[in-house]
Amino acid sequence: MRIEEHPILDFKRGKKIKFTFNGQEAEGYEGETIAAALHAAGVKVLGKSLFLHRPRGFYCAIGNCSSCLMVVDGVPNVKTCVTDLQEGMEVETQVGKGVII
Amino acid sequence: MREADLVVVGGGPAGLCAAISAASSGANVLVIERNKKLGGQLVKQTHMFFGSEKQYASTRGIDITDILLNELKKYNNQVEIMTDTTVVGMFEDGVITALHKEDKYFKIKPKATVIATGAFEKSLAFPNNDLPGIYGAGAVQTLMNVYGVKPGDKVLMVGAGNIGLIVSYQLMQAGVEVVAILDAASKIGGYLVHASKIRRMGVPILTSHTVKEAIGKDCVEKVIVCKVDDKFKQIEGSEIEFDVDVMCVSVGLTPLNELLAMRGCEMKYIPQLSGSVPVRDENYETTVENVFAAGDATGVEEASAAMVEGYLAGICASAKIGYKPDNFEERKQDYVKQLSDLRSGPVGQHILSGIEQIVVK
Amino acid sequence: MFEKTGIPSKEMVMEKFPTIDRINQGPVVVVECYKEIPCNPCQTACKFDAIYIGEDINSIPKVKNENCSGCAICLSKCPGLAIMVIDGSKSDETVQIRIPYELLPLPKEGDVVKGLSREGEHITNVKILKVLNPKSFDRTPVITFEVDRNYMYDIRNIKMEVQS
Repeated sequence: MRIEEHPILDFKRGKKIKFTFNGQEAEGYEGETIAAALHAAGVKVLGKSLFLHRPRGFYCAIGNCSSCLMVVDGVPNVKTCVTDLQEGMEVETQVGKGVII
Repeated sequence: MREADLVVVGGGPAGLCAAISAASSGANVLVIERNKKLGGQLVKQTHMFFGSEKQYASTRGIDITDILLNELKKYNNQVEIMTDTTVVGMFEDGVITALHKEDKYFKIKPKATVIATGAFEKSLAFPNNDLPGIYGAGAVQTLMNVYGVKPGDKVLMVGAGNIGLIVSYQLMQAGVEVVAILDAASKIGGYLVHASKIRRMGVPILTSHTVKEAIGKDCVEKVIVCKVDDKFKQIEGSEIEFDVDVMCVSVGLTPLNELLAMRGCEMKYIPQLSGSVPVRDENYETTVENVFAAGDATGVEEASAAMVEGYLAGICASAKIGYKPDNFEERKQDYVKQLSDLRSGPVGQHILSGIEQIVVK
Repeated sequence: MFEKTGIPSKEMVMEKFPTIDRINQGPVVVVECYKEIPCNPCQTACKFDAIYIGEDINSIPKVKNENCSGCAICLSKCPGLAIMVIDGSKSDETVQIRIPYELLPLPKEGDVVKGLSREGEHITNVKILKVLNPKSFDRTPVITFEVDRNYMYDIRNIKMEVQS
């Protein structure tokens, strides 16, 4: 769900980037965050809560609320709303606290 | 350990203006910003700003960042900017510790500091308020105006303050349907020109309404809204259902005050300023000597006021550490007057009643 | 009610309109700014001293109808998009109205589109006469449309659903 035409803004998207989400191939653009790329691909559930395993999406999108934490390239608790997408990234839904490697 | 005359924490409207006025006074300035880009929340404000010419009225927020950065460029030799850098500690001995990217940790001891950390969005309590698809209104603004991604197809906006009204309008500009705007208050809190603008596009504004419950399995699918009485108690039988895939929560911001509190500044909870804010003097210096604050961190207001506060705090901080321009008094009085002009209306009265409680002479 | 719904009452709207004689003389602004807010770009934008706010930027703009040329420069400068221009000098049956319009798609000259009231209700159809979007308007285009005089006090917006 990307905005193609906008009355005020002109979106100059960077080059296409391939990454994986839970093992599935996905695409985004250079210069956007992991959460933005996932949202554009229709993914809203980024993780599961600590105890009740309720679905978690982002909330503040400025790196403040920690609702968007995911496992990225094996590293848990990455704030995906402020972390730029990179070629070949392996992004996974985080369940609970995550395991520190 | 690194050294600088002045460290400005936060590269949003207040921080950039503080850096400009301090550098123009002759101080060496280091601006530390946790984001990769400067401008803070200006980068998603596609609407024209209010205020007067001096606060860039009628200019879109997205363009004000460039204006400020161009101004800052004039002082290239004196200003260092570190983005992707988070201040993680401020200590009694004046040492500031910061983390650049993921791995470069450094210490700096400036002569003075301006803390312009801004604010963040509040949440609202109701059953299932943690469902994905329920986002802060500012978050949705970032998603669509910075990254060009639609938050969904149908949005319910909660909160008829300026942010709620402006983001509703911007959603429509992005081609997203806004089914309604609701607010528990009996009156619209934002500027009525914004309300009229969105109303004549056919979006109903439901005052005295609140969210009873959100429903959905993995994401929000439906929101049940109901009326509230004058004591904000929910009225049984007044429920309305909205089938939406996004709900925006715009129930105000609260100052990001952690660094101020950590540094030992005396803090006070002031509802009119939307949270716990530092006690300060009229120069925006806190109770800790040479630690200044500006912008939303000192109380949530419009960005126009944040910019003027930044200019004022920047010039006062640099004067305090020995860089006092010849026209100091004149410039200071100009900033003070601009702030009093911005706050002299009915909306400003509320802010002023809060400021009265934190300013020590 | 205005503060609960965002819809100004008929009386409030009529107070902002100039007399019918003035409207029939030629284009003139209607500044629908009802509540004091710190804002004065309309005054700054006007080259003809037709909009006055004064020292206190919170004051409600006052319009000097005799000074207004109907140039519409203020339309794209008002951050609240609260100003329109009305011109009754062109026809006895219709008036021409100019509004700022920041949505896509933009209408084209000759399009017939829905005319909306201040509540956003479809009250009549209007014909688009002109679409101006120069750089100086900074992405706030100004649309001129023609509408039946019966709706001149009620119409305030358009919706693009072209009916040719």
